[in-house]
Amino acid sequence: MIEVLLQPLQSEFMLKAIGVSVLIGLTCAALSCFVTLKGWSLMGDALSHAVVPGVSIAYAVKTPFALGAFASGMIAAGVMGFVKERTRLREDAVIGIVFTTFFALGLLLISLFPASINLKTIVFGNILGIADADVAQVVAISVVTLGTLAVLWKDLALFLFDPSHARAVGLKTRFLHGVLLTLLAATAVASLQAVGACLVVAMLVTPGATAYLLTDRFGVMMVIAMMIGVLTAAVGGYASYFVNGSTGGCIVVLQTLLFLITLAVAPKHGVLAARRRRSAVQRAGADAPDSVPREGV
Amino acid sequence: MISSAHSTTVDQPPVIEARGVTVAYANGHVALRDASFSLGGGTICGLVGINGSGKSTLFKAIMGFVVPAAGSVLIDGAPVAKAHRRAKVAYVPQSEDVDWSFPVSVWDVALMGRYGSMGFLRIARAEDKRLAMQALEQVGVADLRNRQIGELSGGQRKRVFLARALAQGARIILLDEPFTGVDVRTEAAIIALLERLRSDGCTVLVSTHNLGSVPRFCDRVVIINRTVLAAGPTATTFTRDNLAMAFGGALRRLRVDHTDIPGASCNELTVLTDDENALIMGDDGLPAANEPLQGEGDGAGRGVRR
Repeated sequence: MIEVLLQPLQSEFMLKAIGVSVLIGLTCAALSCFVTLKGWSLMGDALSHAVVPGVSIAYAVKTPFALGAFASGMIAAGVMGFVKERTRLREDAVIGIVFTTFFALGLLLISLFPASINLKTIVFGNILGIADADVAQVVAISVVTLGTLAVLWKDLALFLFDPSHARAVGLKTRFLHGVLLTLLAATAVASLQAVGACLVVAMLVTPGATAYLLTDRFGVMMVIAMMIGVLTAAVGGYASYFVNGSTGGCIVVLQTLLFLITLAVAPKHGVLAARRRRSAVQRAGADAPDSVPREGV
Repeated sequence: MISSAHSTTVDQPPVIEARGVTVAYANGHVALRDASFSLGGGTICGLVGINGSGKSTLFKAIMGFVVPAAGSVLIDGAPVAKAHRRAKVAYVPQSEDVDWSFPVSVWDVALMGRYGSMGFLRIARAEDKRLAMQALEQVGVADLRNRQIGELSGGQRKRVFLARALAQGARIILLDEPFTGVDVRTEAAIIALLERLRSDGCTVLVSTHNLGSVPRFCDRVVIINRTVLAAGPTATTFTRDNLAMAFGGALRRLRVDHTDIPGASCNELTVLTDDENALIMGDDGLPAANEPLQGEGDGAGRGVRR
């Protein structure tokens, strides 16, 4: 029995896959706190799709995929900013148009020039088949992202909360905005290998959203989110060996489960807590002498 | 208020000076055209205008969020960017502009006032904590410091952001609509605090469309409608004619005629409000006749007087 359970940990490629997943899970989770509070969930989804043409071009001309992907993501972000500032369109419409255009362009390129890259790998990820060169890229991106957040997290949090005040105390808001966007694009690139373009946004939103329901302090929120990211990536990667299924799928399903449980039972911001508070008010109302009949009974 | 070393030379430049500021947004909308005014130290200045008159654009220009297409804003004679690097200007945002569900406590917000003086990792030193605590005590919310900001009442929320401005120790304080959603007691407390800042030599600029409170605490006013229509001491600038230009059709002339004495003259009042349909009643509980002010209102925004 023990032997069976230890089996995945004895194969080198499983260990590597779990290790890379955990690193990506940690990085995405740290960033997810900023993404959820900034309201950039859709932006995360957009960037993770917009990197696809860059990946296909990078593979075609044999440069590191991360470079192509990152360039493509930043161009997409630039186009979105440009269009939004100059039209009356709402941001979601602009994002919707730009990222689908980029994704379509990527699909077209891959189908026209079938290179070593597999479409399925980009869209759904393939952590088990990750090449050592790609591991190096993922590690580099994660280390830089986590390092930047370690230094700038307080500045970034203030920038999200109150950009006017951030500027008033001497913070460079345009720089911080750029940093956050760059980290988001970089992380979307890193997660591409693990979970694929479609599920990156889950990794970039769910841990932060879950942690947000559990605390009222930003620092605590980051710690909880990162714990969720590491835990779900480790367990999801490990479990995918036994269910013989998609690693990305396992990780994201686990994150969703944790989110649903939290949504129900979170002590202050959960659904049950809200119901308890509501019925307490109603009971108090019913005991009062001039109580108004409750609605919807 | 902790007064930092403040040099008082005779020929110092104005604390805030707008010179011909024109702001056009990327979509071509010109929010402000050729706006000029200047403010010295030790003043509370009301920035008065209807919604959409450019009050918040002017604030954005002072905060450096928009770069004027023409003209410039100077703080102590230098470009705004330099002033912000030294945390010279404190900003108290409008309540609607704050995300009240953001995971920060009252204490966190007060400490934010000290970020400019902390190292790049923003770790609070004992001095920062002392000043933050002192600021919270000064506005009377120190006992709420562990609460998440969304759990506070409207008045308490406003006080917390004032405490942040106090903790920052800035000599220039901008307040965006500070009296919206605030109870009367808090309004009085805010005004008392601003008056204390004024006597300490601070420059306080308050944007408001709440005209009634302006003469009570502002010694200067800047009246705007897409440009500065008038600027100067309240006594000479806060006049019916200037306000008629700024508020146009939103002004009302009111006839209060509930006297039973035949032949007695009826009382006419001018009510200045940007609320289109204020309900005004006499002592007998009957609504007063309430009609738009004729004449001046039609010329709103066209004539520029200073």
